[in-house]
Amino acid sequence: MNTNEKPEIVKESSMLRQKEMIANNYDLLTSTRENGKKVAATFVPGNLNELIMSFGMLNNLPEINAIGNGMRKKSGMMIMDAERRGHSEDVCTYVKADIGQMSKGNMAPNGKPMPAPDLLLLSYTGCFTFMKWFELLRHEYGCETAMLHVPYTGDGVITDNMRDYVVKQLKEEVIPKMERISGVKFDIDRLRENLRRSAEAEDNLVWVLESAKHVRSPIDAYFGGVYYIGPIFSAFRGTQDAVDYYRILRGEIESRIDEGLGPITPEGDMPEEKYRLVVEGPPNWTNFREFWKMFYDDGAVVVASTYTKVGGVYDLGFRHDPERPLESLAEYCLGCYTNRNLPNRVEMLEQYVNDYQADGLLINSIKSCNSFSAGQLLMMQEVEKRTGKPAAFIETDLVDPRYFSAANVKNRLESYFQMIDQKRSAQAA
Amino acid sequence: MGTSEIIDQCTALFEDLSFGAARRWKAAGPDRRVIGYMPVYVPEEIIHAAGMMPVGIVGGGDQLEVIHGDAYYQSYICRIPRSTIELGITKRLDFLDGMLFPSICDVIRNLSGMWKMLYPDTYVRYFDVPQNYVDDIGGDYYCQELNELREGLEKLGGKQITDEAINESITVYNKRRSLVREVYEFRSQTPWRAPAVEVYLLMRAGLVIPVEEHIAMMRDYLNAAEAEDRPMRDNCRVVINGSFCEQPPLNLIKSIEMAGCYIVDDDYMLANRWLLEDVDDGGDPIRNLADAFLHHSADTAAKYCTKKEEVGMFLLESVKKTKAEGVIFAAPSFCDPALLERPMLADRMTEHNIPHISFKYAENSGQMQPIREQAGTFADSIKLWS
Repeated sequence: MNTNEKPEIVKESSMLRQKEMIANNYDLLTSTRENGKKVAATFVPGNLNELIMSFGMLNNLPEINAIGNGMRKKSGMMIMDAERRGHSEDVCTYVKADIGQMSKGNMAPNGKPMPAPDLLLLSYTGCFTFMKWFELLRHEYGCETAMLHVPYTGDGVITDNMRDYVVKQLKEEVIPKMERISGVKFDIDRLRENLRRSAEAEDNLVWVLESAKHVRSPIDAYFGGVYYIGPIFSAFRGTQDAVDYYRILRGEIESRIDEGLGPITPEGDMPEEKYRLVVEGPPNWTNFREFWKMFYDDGAVVVASTYTKVGGVYDLGFRHDPERPLESLAEYCLGCYTNRNLPNRVEMLEQYVNDYQADGLLINSIKSCNSFSAGQLLMMQEVEKRTGKPAAFIETDLVDPRYFSAANVKNRLESYFQMIDQKRSAQAA
Repeated sequence: MGTSEIIDQCTALFEDLSFGAARRWKAAGPDRRVIGYMPVYVPEEIIHAAGMMPVGIVGGGDQLEVIHGDAYYQSYICRIPRSTIELGITKRLDFLDGMLFPSICDVIRNLSGMWKMLYPDTYVRYFDVPQNYVDDIGGDYYCQELNELREGLEKLGGKQITDEAINESITVYNKRRSLVREVYEFRSQTPWRAPAVEVYLLMRAGLVIPVEEHIAMMRDYLNAAEAEDRPMRDNCRVVINGSFCEQPPLNLIKSIEMAGCYIVDDDYMLANRWLLEDVDDGGDPIRNLADAFLHHSADTAAKYCTKKEEVGMFLLESVKKTKAEGVIFAAPSFCDPALLERPMLADRMTEHNIPHISFKYAENSGQMQPIREQAGTFADSIKLWS
């Protein structure tokens, strides 16, 4: 028997279900000529999927396309292409991957061309770049844009003025524009129904994320977490598919807890949990597997992450509320992670380190993303001070392979794990 | 007083990283308070009406050695926040009673939270502005934001800020706006009589002295400049765009002019020129300030442009109005707003056959030779081929 042969990894039902959902969605998106559906391009944080669906429209998310191209190792060429066309090397690589994708035929993963959007639904939530990104897309596509300005919660609270402003924009600008473009009259009951399904899925997502409070965690809440948030952060929030997916996922995680299993990795079940980490910042996508392996090879499990809150912070209690449909959408947008002020973000991280019994905080600082990255060094100091747990800092990028240095990242991670070991030894002594 | 004496005063203010003028103003009365603000715009009228002094903080420039500030920022983040942190940590800003961080980009936005953590006893406010320009949507939101600022300052100062007081302040600031327009108009007409570096220093002085003094200073400058005869050079006329936040070193501005380009318009000190027209100083001052912001304010990359056809039109208008022959896109490294917008502006200029070049700088850039060569070649190409 060849012992070097890798065991076949059996995919769980939730994985297969998600794969099928994504494939179906791309098929729908790339057949709009046949199915007559209208497409709204929009962003993950502050996305209004329930509203988009209530008009029978499809959503297309440029960030998700960029992530897909990053994982398929296609984004590097796209970024360089955009840079050759005058886009600065200093700006967000999601933007450049998106623009570069257009120049390469704008192909979806199913090999068919993406449709041009009928509407650019700019939900300006937690990221300044979004605003210019959509101006750039409008520059390319020349299609209509609906702007939803979501104020930043600079004092760490959602004020009535902020909520009213967002609701008013929805009522007087966004919804009438969507009615006109889709040809469908706004139906608040349809929206309520979508929101009810969102809340049901959100309950199960929170349960899954909080399962990492178990010592030994049944999930990895960062590398695994990005798969778990996939449906709810993208085209499926408010759908029955999402409700079913999260119910299946929860069942699987319950079984893992019963069986005493750790997280699933691309190489099977993780044999041991040596380090429990909280991670701040998005992952690197171009070398995602390699990056993840650096963690699980050393027994490091991410038990909580902020990136899994970028498209909605549900674990602090927020749920979409069918009784207050527009107000609830406004509060959702206002509460997304990067729309929270830095003191708020520090509190969340502190809470995660304590509640999830983490060994420390790791920040993956992303060159492309000032919304996340500006201020992270102070956040790190503050969380270290408040929790007494060691923190570390690594730097990569979202989808630009030029900014992923495997050796540097690995060195830093190994030093960090040693630091945790030393801290433990000192405490034991 | 001649222009050189006035500009010497401005230079001294520019070089004073301890903000002596504002400190002296504060020391002159027991209840005086000073409110710092970052680019690009805050309604100074409300601060002024509170009996407080607004002070523009635009980083440390090339005179400040950043030692502590670099520990707070990664290498891929622009320089203005790190030099601002440096100013704070080295106690150069310890006279500020409050600090406002306007909505301009994610870096300045996050700096507001850092400031809250670093200086918990200071009044810190992220000052949001609407990206929706409809009166009863963005306008209503903005009025409430202005009222919240007003209430915050009332609490800080311990006294009410009346509508009358704000209207009186609007009158004062209208005078300043009018003079700023006059200076820019004068330079645009006769750029050899108001060199770019002088206009820059004159405008920059307005950030750190009381508005009344700035008004007098601009009057004096205009009188002196009109009376002085200066030689006209064979320079081409350019508009600078993209420098609205982190400021270029003085040498960069000088280098552009020395390379053969008269700067006939720029976006360096937008704080003084954000509102393009006088604000109505009667009636509801909050609504009037909101109205001015929504309908009569400058365009810059920090704002959302509602229609594709309008992108770059403000710049195009400036080029036409000042009879500029080209545009220099000069943005700070890692400046998201300016660098993201630049391709769209460049396309608009190309569409109208307006020559343009672009480069990046940092507030502490030291090597001017490449800039001089690039600007010089640009000027030559305009003279030869346009």
